[in-house]
Amino acid sequence: MAEQMTGAEMVIQALVDNGVEHIFGYPGGAALPIYDAMFQQDKVQHILVRHEQGATHMAEGYARSTGKVGVVLVTSGPGATNAVTGLTDALMDSIPLVCITAQVPTTLIGSDAFQECDTVGITRSCTKHNYLVKNVNDLPRVMHEAFHIANSGRPGPVLVDIPKDVQFALGMYLGPDEIGASRHKSYHPATSGDARAIEAAVDMMLKAERPIFYTGGGIINSGPEASERLRELAELTGFPVTSTLMGLGAFPGSNPQWMGMLGMHGTYEANMAMHDCDLMICIGARFDDRITGRIDAFSPGSTRIHVDIDPSSIGKNVRTDLSIVGDSGLVLEEMVRIWRTKTNQPRTEAIAPWWEQIEGWRSRHSLGFKNSDTTIKPQHAIKRLYEATKGRDVYITTEVGQHQMWAAQHFPFEMPNRWMTSGGLGTMGYGLPAAVGVQVAHPDALVIDIAGEASVQMTMQEMSTAVQYGLPIKVFILNNERMGMVRQWQDLLHGGRYAHSYSESLPDFVKLAEAYGGKGIRCSDPKLLDAAIQEMLDYDGPVLFDCLVEKHENCLPMIPSGKPHNEMILPDFEDDIGAVIDEKGRQLV
Amino acid sequence: MNAHLQPSGSAYFLAAETQKPERHTLSVLVDNEPGILARVVGLFSARGYNIDSLTVSETEHEKGLSRITVVTVATPKVLTQIKLQLERLVPVHKVHDLTAEGKALERELALVKVAGSGEHRVETLRLADAFRAQVVDATTESFVFEVTGKPSKIDSFIALMVPLGLVEVVRTGLAAISRGPEGM
Ligand SMILES: Cc1ncc(C[n+]2csc(CCOP(=O)(O)OP(=O)(O)O)c2C)c(N)n1
Ligand SMILES: [Mg+2]
Repeated sequence: MAEQMTGAEMVIQALVDNGVEHIFGYPGGAALPIYDAMFQQDKVQHILVRHEQGATHMAEGYARSTGKVGVVLVTSGPGATNAVTGLTDALMDSIPLVCITAQVPTTLIGSDAFQECDTVGITRSCTKHNYLVKNVNDLPRVMHEAFHIANSGRPGPVLVDIPKDVQFALGMYLGPDEIGASRHKSYHPATSGDARAIEAAVDMMLKAERPIFYTGGGIINSGPEASERLRELAELTGFPVTSTLMGLGAFPGSNPQWMGMLGMHGTYEANMAMHDCDLMICIGARFDDRITGRIDAFSPGSTRIHVDIDPSSIGKNVRTDLSIVGDSGLVLEEMVRIWRTKTNQPRTEAIAPWWEQIEGWRSRHSLGFKNSDTTIKPQHAIKRLYEATKGRDVYITTEVGQHQMWAAQHFPFEMPNRWMTSGGLGTMGYGLPAAVGVQVAHPDALVIDIAGEASVQMTMQEMSTAVQYGLPIKVFILNNERMGMVRQWQDLLHGGRYAHSYSESLPDFVKLAEAYGGKGIRCSDPKLLDAAIQEMLDYDGPVLFDCLVEKHENCLPMIPSGKPHNEMILPDFEDDIGAVIDEKGRQLV
Repeated sequence: MNAHLQPSGSAYFLAAETQKPERHTLSVLVDNEPGILARVVGLFSARGYNIDSLTVSETEHEKGLSRITVVTVATPKVLTQIKLQLERLVPVHKVHDLTAEGKALERELALVKVAGSGEHRVETLRLADAFRAQVVDATTESFVFEVTGKPSKIDSFIALMVPLGLVEVVRTGLAAISRGPEGM
C-alpha cells in the first residue's frame, strides 16, 4: 500500500518488508534521522557496535550462519570508510550484505563538507553494486533492489548512500511487491544450469575412474538444500569429496568419503587426489591460487567440470572442459536426478583402485603432529575443543593465521553454515565480531571464535558489544605470542629474520576480559586444558580464553609457493623449511 | 597497463604466457545512470586491462541506454574475462566483441589544426581534399580540418600534416557498429 513517509521512515519500513530483524550499526550526525526513526519502532533490533568494521563482520557472521542478508547502518565520512574492510571481505567471500551509509545533504555534496567522503566512489570496487539516492522517491525501489541484488546470483555486499536531506524528505513508499521487478533489466543472474551440459557431466561421471568432487562456498551460499544434494550425489556415485576453506560443512567431516580440505594447507590425500584425478567435478569453487598451487603443474591429466553461478569464474584461472553456469543446488539436484535415471549403482568397483590409492595417501597422516606433555600444542587444543563440544550445536568463527588453518584442519563440521572465516581477503579481526553476529542470530547456540592473539586485538573492542547484549561468545585464543603465520613465512623465505612478527607487550587477556565485564581464563598446561575448556563452556557469558601454546609450531602440511600439489611439505619433514622454496617462488604471496 | 604481458589469475602462475595479445573493439550496452562510466573504467584499471580508446554517449533516450565502445589489447583468454567481468556489472545489458563477431564498421572523427603560409597552404588543402577533410575554421595563417574515417586513415592524415605545420589534434575515439541487419 502506497503511503507517505520520510526517507528515514522508508529505510526502516523497507528493512521490515525485506524480513530484517537485526541490524548492526553506529550513529553519527548524518545518520540521525534514520536513528530517530529506528528509536520509534520495535520491529528491527539495532545492535550498537564499537567500530564500524565490527558491524560489517557481525553482519557477515549473521548472514553466513543464517542464509539471510546481513544489514549494516553507519554514518557518513569515517563511518563509511571504516566499513570498507568488511565490504571488501564480503565481496571476496560472496556474502550478502546491505550497508546503509548516511551522507551529507545533497546541497553540500562535493564541497568537502564536514564528514563528507565520496562513499560511492570509494566503495565502487568493493561492492557488488552501490547507489547514491538523491531523490526520496527513488529510495523504496533502491532499498528493495539492494536486497534483491545482495542475495541473488553470486551474493555480495550492496551499499546505499542516503544524504541527510533525503532522510528528512517526504515521499511515497511502495513495498517490494508493489514495485515489482527491479528497475535494472540488465540484472538477471543465472539459476538452473543448461540441462544438456548437466547430462553430459553425468555421462562423464559414469565413465570416471579417478574422480573427485572439489566443492566450495557456492554450495553454502546456495542454501542447506545444496548440501543435502551433495551428500546424496556423493552417496550415489561413491566419489571422494574435498572442499575449499569456504565450503567446509557442506559435506560431513565424519563421512568416509570426506578427504579433508584441499589447497595450501589442505590434506595430502586431497591434494594428491586433485593432482592425479581423471575427472574433477568443481562445484561452487573458483580455482583460487591457494587451491591450485603452481598452475602450470595443476592436475595435469584431468578432465574438468566447473559448476558456478558466476560465468566469469569459469576458465579464469585454469582450463575447464565442461562449464555449467547455474546455482549449485539446482545443478546438483539435476545431477542426482539424471544419475538415477541412468543407474542405481555407485561406481564402487570401477573406482576401487582409486580409493586404494587414496587410502595409501591417507596413511601418511598429513595432519599429524608431535604432541607434548609440557606445552599445549595448538592442534591439540583445537582437537580438545572439538571433543568437548561434540554433539552440541556449535558455530565456529576464526581470525586469520595459523590458528585459522589449524581450525579448518582439526575441527570437522557436520552441517553447513557452522563455519565462518575470512577466506578471500584474509582479514585479521574478522572472527570476534563475526561471532557476535552469529550469536545474535542464534542466541542459544554455542559460538566460538578460534583466535590468534594478534588478530583478536584488531577488533577486541567488540567484547563490549557482546557484554552489552548478553551474547555469550567464547573467544578461544591460541596465544603463541607470535604472528605465527608471518613467522612461519619468515622461516620459509627470509632466513628466520623475524621482522616485527611478534608482540613485545601483549595485554593480560584475563584482566582484559574482566575489564570488559566478561570472564577470563588462562591455561598453559596440557593436563589442565580439558578442565579449563569445560569452565569456558559452562560460563554463561562472554569469555576470553588465553590458551598459551607452543610458540614455534609450523602449520603443516603446506604447499610452498611455486610448487605443485604433489610437492607438499609434510609434518614429518625434518629438514630446514627455509630451503624448500626457490628464488622464483620467493616472489609469490 | 601491461595486462597482456601478465598471465592472469594465479599468484602461482609461473608459466610463460603463450597466447598473443590482440586488439579488439567491444561494444557495451549499459543503463545511462550516474557512475556507470566510472564503473566500467574502474573495472579496467582494477583488473589491469588496457584501454586504447573509449567513447560513450546516450544512444536510446527513452530506454535510458548508452553505448560504450572500448578498444582494448589483450590475449584471447583475457578478452573473454573482460567480457564476462563487464557483464557482472549490474547496469550492463550486453557486451559484444565486434572484432570477434566479424568485420565491424569503425569510425573516428578528428579535428586537426594546421598553421602555415604560401606553398604549404596549397599543399595542405590538396591533401585535405584527398582525405575528404572539411575545412571548419580558417584564418589567413591556419586551418582546422574535420576528418572522419578509420583510425588508420586519420593517422595517415595527421602524419602528412606534420611537415606542413600541424599545431594540434583532438580525436573522438572509436565508434563501431556491426554490419548487416541485426542490432545488439
Ligand atoms: C588486517 C590484516 N593485516 C595483516 C595481515 C597479514 N597476516 C596474516 S596472518 C598474520 C598473523 C596473525 O597472527 P595471529 O592472529 O597471532 O595468528 P597465528 O598465525 O599466530 O595463529 C598477519 C599479520 C592480515 N591477514 N590481515
Ligand atoms: Mg599468534
